[in-house]
Amino acid sequence: MPRQRVVVTGVGMVTALGAGAEVNAMGFKEGQTSFTPVTFFDVSRQRVKTAAQAEIPLKSPSARLSSKQWRRMDRASRLLFMAAEEAWAQSGWNGGARLPIVLGTTSGGMNFGEAFYRQAIASPEKSFGQATRVVQYQAQRQVLDVAEALGFSGPVTLIANACASGGNAIGQAFEMIRYGEVERVLTGGYDGLCQLVFAGFDSLQALSTTTCRPFDAQRDGLALGEGAAVLSLESWESAQARGANILGEVVGYGAATDAHHLTQPHPLGDAALKSMNEATQVAGIAPEQVGYINAHGTGTPMNDVAEAHAISRWAGEQAAQMRVSSTKASIGHLLGAAGSVEAVICLQALAGQWLPPMRGTQTADAACQFQLMREPATASFEYALSNSFGFGGANATLIFRRWS
Amino acid sequence: MSRIIAAGWGAVSPAGWTAADLVAALQAGEPLPVDESVRAGTTKTLRARKVPKPATRSAFITHPRFRRTSPVSQYAVSAALGALVEDRALVEQGTLRLGVVFCVMSGCVNYSRRFYDEVLRDPATASPLVFPETVFNAPASHLAALLGATGINYTLVGDPGMFLQGLAQGAQWIKRGQVDACLVVSAEEGEWMTVEASALFEPKMVVSEGAGAIYLKGATSGKVSLEGITDAYSFNDSNSKATAAAQMQMELMQAGAVDWLCDSLSGCVASDKAEAAAWASAIAPRWSAKKILGEAFAATSAWQCVLACERVASQAATSVNVSVVGCNQQAIGARWSKA
Repeated sequence: MPRQRVVVTGVGMVTALGAGAEVNAMGFKEGQTSFTPVTFFDVSRQRVKTAAQAEIPLKSPSARLSSKQWRRMDRASRLLFMAAEEAWAQSGWNGGARLPIVLGTTSGGMNFGEAFYRQAIASPEKSFGQATRVVQYQAQRQVLDVAEALGFSGPVTLIANACASGGNAIGQAFEMIRYGEVERVLTGGYDGLCQLVFAGFDSLQALSTTTCRPFDAQRDGLALGEGAAVLSLESWESAQARGANILGEVVGYGAATDAHHLTQPHPLGDAALKSMNEATQVAGIAPEQVGYINAHGTGTPMNDVAEAHAISRWAGEQAAQMRVSSTKASIGHLLGAAGSVEAVICLQALAGQWLPPMRGTQTADAACQFQLMREPATASFEYALSNSFGFGGANATLIFRRWS
Repeated sequence: MSRIIAAGWGAVSPAGWTAADLVAALQAGEPLPVDESVRAGTTKTLRARKVPKPATRSAFITHPRFRRTSPVSQYAVSAALGALVEDRALVEQGTLRLGVVFCVMSGCVNYSRRFYDEVLRDPATASPLVFPETVFNAPASHLAALLGATGINYTLVGDPGMFLQGLAQGAQWIKRGQVDACLVVSAEEGEWMTVEASALFEPKMVVSEGAGAIYLKGATSGKVSLEGITDAYSFNDSNSKATAAAQMQMELMQAGAVDWLCDSLSGCVASDKAEAAAWASAIAPRWSAKKILGEAFAATSAWQCVLACERVASQAATSVNVSVVGCNQQAIGARWSKA
């Protein structure tokens, strides 16, 4: 089959650092953090009481959605819409086309699912508002509503591969274009904070009770966040033909499954190694050509040591040259949105030739045979790699190339 | 490789734990009995069709991964193993690169409900053993662990049409050479929340549960060929469900006549309106799995495809169309033929 080059012509992002890709880029470049006390559900009985919460406007931020429509949307839907509208506008795509959408999420509209359950228990005979909650809980309806607001339609594919969902979604979109099956795909990932998931990670004692410090020898867990990132991907021929501004290129994707355990990675990172190897093979590059690795780097003891081993095994003798950081130190773990947000960060870092630091990390874990980026820095590099791993053993790796 | 074939299929349904049980229920043509119960602490009557207890305990249940799994995982794995049959050994030996696509709409609702209930009572004591089983891709992960399948594995979430998107995904992986074969599986589990949620939209609908799986391979020979999957026609305010159903029907019929139709009609007039209109002039005999078994969301569309494969394999038909008009996302069709 012929292979198409796949380029990025639009990005949109919302995280706790702010709304908009540029605002976020400034924050990541400096290694800002954004954790605050959780305010919209009760955390009084949780071990951990903070997260990286995004500021979501109370009123519709766009003429594309009425106030009524905005009010009916779940927190996650709003994040998705804001990121999608930004990417849509930047790419200059027009409405109406049958445009495929491939997105990743872990929870969809879980806040509405929770509200449905609470009412079903508290007032089982009352159904007021329940039908809306059922509809808005479902991720496919959230995505179709966003597409409708932006003025296009097309097949919707939702990948729910836990915390690798966003990375898998971009990888899937990349392959659809690369193999010439479609010209354009709107892709990315989204997730809003919700009580069930927050309590779930807390019950596993996976949340940090101090500060999220990926790859630190004293790390004690992850921090949760929320957000969305959306990318407009298209074939290079399509972008060229319409004179689009190209932001970067997707050149590699690998995916693998870790059968070791439902929630724990293989201690030596076997599946991570497999997905990284596959991605570099697809990209046609050697590990030493990768100038920056945006690690999955959750800050949990098990993830980081397994990923460190995988990176060292993948890079071989070049491991010491690898520059690695995890931007989860700034915005927490965005679950289904993590891979997509981190993809955009890689594109921004490549465009600006900077390396996102993680300032909370003090002493590197002994397993880290590579350079940890702890202070803001610049560098000249051509390729960036992003890892995303999830519950169930979902592993995804993406590689991006600077566009010049 | 000249075509994509269905090399095997499996099903778990209220009719039983095999594809043969499913076919027998459709051949009998009578809706299966409905269980009625009252949700504890309420006066709400729940009507549903449940998967019967298996006659014998499946061997895979002894695998450590299945100590805490809810029914959705057990249904999914049972259907998948029924489809994989002798190729399981090749996967376990690492000589066959297997892709997995798991499709779901409601998902792991049983454990999600249990876990959230614990959270509302006291999050400090909510079970860390239950939470991981709430994740959409838990069944796909258990299946991969059981088989030792370390290749690409997607869980797709959407309305019932997603199983056909999953088939298209699996076929693409095979055509691109990324995998040698692909298991496409759907599963859903019964739960009072799903029953009550469904009743808000269609009070007469009987919610059901189970799983279906198709094992796809690229091959030059076989009994049943996947001739094609239509585009997924999304519906929303600007493209009605009726229009999407008609677009799907037209695309299927452009491929030529068939002698059997497996549709997604439920017997509920409002829900069926768009699909019934799209196929109003169809003359081929049809099976409507939902009328017999109930609405099992993503699993229902898998059952439809299993039935289509059975029709072709048993030479009761040479070509079968599968029509799925989902509840809130898409209309999509598939065409199965004698290989």
